[in-house]
Amino acid sequence: MVAVRIIPCLDVKDGKVVKGVHFENLKIAGDPVENASFYSKEGADEIVFLDISATIEGRKTMVDVVRKVAEVIFIPLTVGGGINSIEDIEKLLSNGADKISINTSAVKNPRIIEEGAKKFGSQCIVVAIDAKKVGEGKWEVYIESGKTPTGMDVIEWAKKIESLGAGEILLTSIDKDGTQDGYDIELTRSVSENVNIPVIASGGAGKLQHLYDAIVFGKANAVLIASLLHFRILTIPQIKSYLKEKGIEVRL
Amino acid sequence: MVGIVKYGAGNIFSVMASVKKIKKDCYFIENEDDIEKAEYIILPGVGNFSEGIEFLNKRRLNEKIKEKIKNGVPFLGICLGLQMLFEYSEEGNKEGMKILKGKVVRFKNINLKIPHMGWNSLKILKNNYLLEEIPENPYFYFAHSYYVLPEENDIIYGKTEYGINFSSLIIKENIVGVQFHPEKSGENGLKFIRNFLEKKWLQ
Repeated sequence: MVAVRIIPCLDVKDGKVVKGVHFENLKIAGDPVENASFYSKEGADEIVFLDISATIEGRKTMVDVVRKVAEVIFIPLTVGGGINSIEDIEKLLSNGADKISINTSAVKNPRIIEEGAKKFGSQCIVVAIDAKKVGEGKWEVYIESGKTPTGMDVIEWAKKIESLGAGEILLTSIDKDGTQDGYDIELTRSVSENVNIPVIASGGAGKLQHLYDAIVFGKANAVLIASLLHFRILTIPQIKSYLKEKGIEVRL
Repeated sequence: MVGIVKYGAGNIFSVMASVKKIKKDCYFIENEDDIEKAEYIILPGVGNFSEGIEFLNKRRLNEKIKEKIKNGVPFLGICLGLQMLFEYSEEGNKEGMKILKGKVVRFKNINLKIPHMGWNSLKILKNNYLLEEIPENPYFYFAHSYYVLPEENDIIYGKTEYGINFSSLIIKENIVGVQFHPEKSGENGLKFIRNFLEKKWLQ
């Protein structure tokens, strides 16, 4: 059976990892290759790079980051942030990214999902949804780094994404992100049960139990983790042996 | 020289990087003339079946690859590169290269998410040097919605379970086909590619 994936997320700004692994040697702290290599050795099943550069020049460096990482690390790489066109997607994929993740541009122009899936295959196209709770069992889609409400219902949007050919959903709870008090299980389960493509849960992980809950009760196929790993509160081997003990298949 | 067929638009970079990582020279095959000097051919897996086949036909690579295979050149097909070897695919209702007998079908009624995405284990049915130094039930990375149904049972060397047991490792004479992505499967994957590029598995 396919193993549940543990995915570290690294923020990249102007070609450098920010808030990455807290290495003692600060010289390598911002190096994307060092960060990715560290997690790959620890047993990460994939790595997500999120480009948070504010300028066009900054974004251009992302292609170099991917290329350098893909030359030495042989696990799947996903890149998100600032991807607006089929050309952007093509550039990243042809330089070593396996998947791209789109959020704001998918909402503004859903055709990018359809065209991307047709040209590169569904397995390359991840759509990220930032969800904010607006009522009992109801969430709204936010874009532009969680700043702008769209009026769109998360479940409806998730179904639409699937029908357009996306291969995966990266689902972040805006309410839970940064709180460390657990994933939004209800949100994750609602989305996962309403689509037939894999769902990656994100936002709110604070302890081992949270990961188990997202997988078993939230029905997530993968979990995205950032600060918990970067600050060494948990390690990937620790997470995997815990999940394995609980009867969940992981790649050790 | 290892010739990597460049078609479609996707991550072929990683196939090249993995070959370079094990210190072998490689180049891209884009036209029929490029294929002559290939001592090994790798057909990566990117994009969709009908676009892949159309590209190979248009560039006359289909016939050239068959010719090289007939002449004994070791061949590795990855994911879609494995699927295109067969007679027919449900993806786009297209005919394939017809090098192997059988067809390509979509996962159906398995009550699991599609695409099959992530690390899954290879159950080895018959051993081969290609798996040298790779642990038992090794994990490899998969990302696909279709799988192959070969007619010849004796070419199936490994299977993987995802709702059903599908063929994930095929070996026939100098042809190797894998449904997983060795170039994305960490140490196991690099060992697999290294073993492929040593000719011992052919003996």
